[in-house]
Amino acid sequence: MSNAAEGTRTLVIEKFLAHPPEKVWRALTESQLLAQWLMNNDFRPSVGDKFQFRSQPVPNWSGIIDCEVLIVEPLRRLSYTWGTLGIDTAVLWILTPAEGGTLLRMEHSGFAPDQNANYTGANYGWTKFLGNLECVLGGGEL
Amino acid sequence: MNQAQANHLFRALSDPLRRAIFEHLTRQGEQTVHALTCFAGVSQPAVSKHLTVLKRARLVRRRHAGRETHYRAEPQALKPLVNWIELYGAFWRERFDRLEAVLERMDP
Repeated sequence: MSNAAEGTRTLVIEKFLAHPPEKVWRALTESQLLAQWLMNNDFRPSVGDKFQFRSQPVPNWSGIIDCEVLIVEPLRRLSYTWGTLGIDTAVLWILTPAEGGTLLRMEHSGFAPDQNANYTGANYGWTKFLGNLECVLGGGEL
Repeated sequence: MNQAQANHLFRALSDPLRRAIFEHLTRQGEQTVHALTCFAGVSQPAVSKHLTVLKRARLVRRRHAGRETHYRAEPQALKPLVNWIELYGAFWRERFDRLEAVLERMDP
């Protein structure tokens, strides 16, 4: 999962979902539905729109992810930037119709190999973030 | 980071009180041994021992000023433990499962 050309790495997750693309698209783009599985948000599927995902703040992390819509191709592709803790990345969703459902692919890209180097020195925030990882990423109360 | 350094780091973080002391220092900034002893609620020799372990792992730095010894956190020592891709991997896999649950609940 690396992209040597750009010097960044991409996380790819693919999953077959036994639901039609229309339904998957709604879950990805309707703010209320999105909130049920990802995070509270003020997302609107409109290119150029800035929005935020908001989760429970933890010490030294606001719980906010700043995003901007990059691509909206109904039922096919959706992409937005994903910026938090000074790390700017991008999330791309690709829907492919498959027999009996949808193949959903997510590419989270833009992780530079040494990006955490941004979090040294004066900015201690990420340390607390690390300390709270179980809470932040463990799927508990977000 | 070499193996010995990694061992020091993991050993230092394996103890809950040492983790608490380290977290306290990251949050509160520089503290004297005296203040850390009050915080930790154990004897000063015990705190000093923990600080030595943290110092060997380069998680804290020491400074003498008069009769007091001050410690501060060096959070960048944790850097080798952070791997954003892995962290987000766990995050997204769990969100995919939630998404599936939402799809089950939705009207067709």
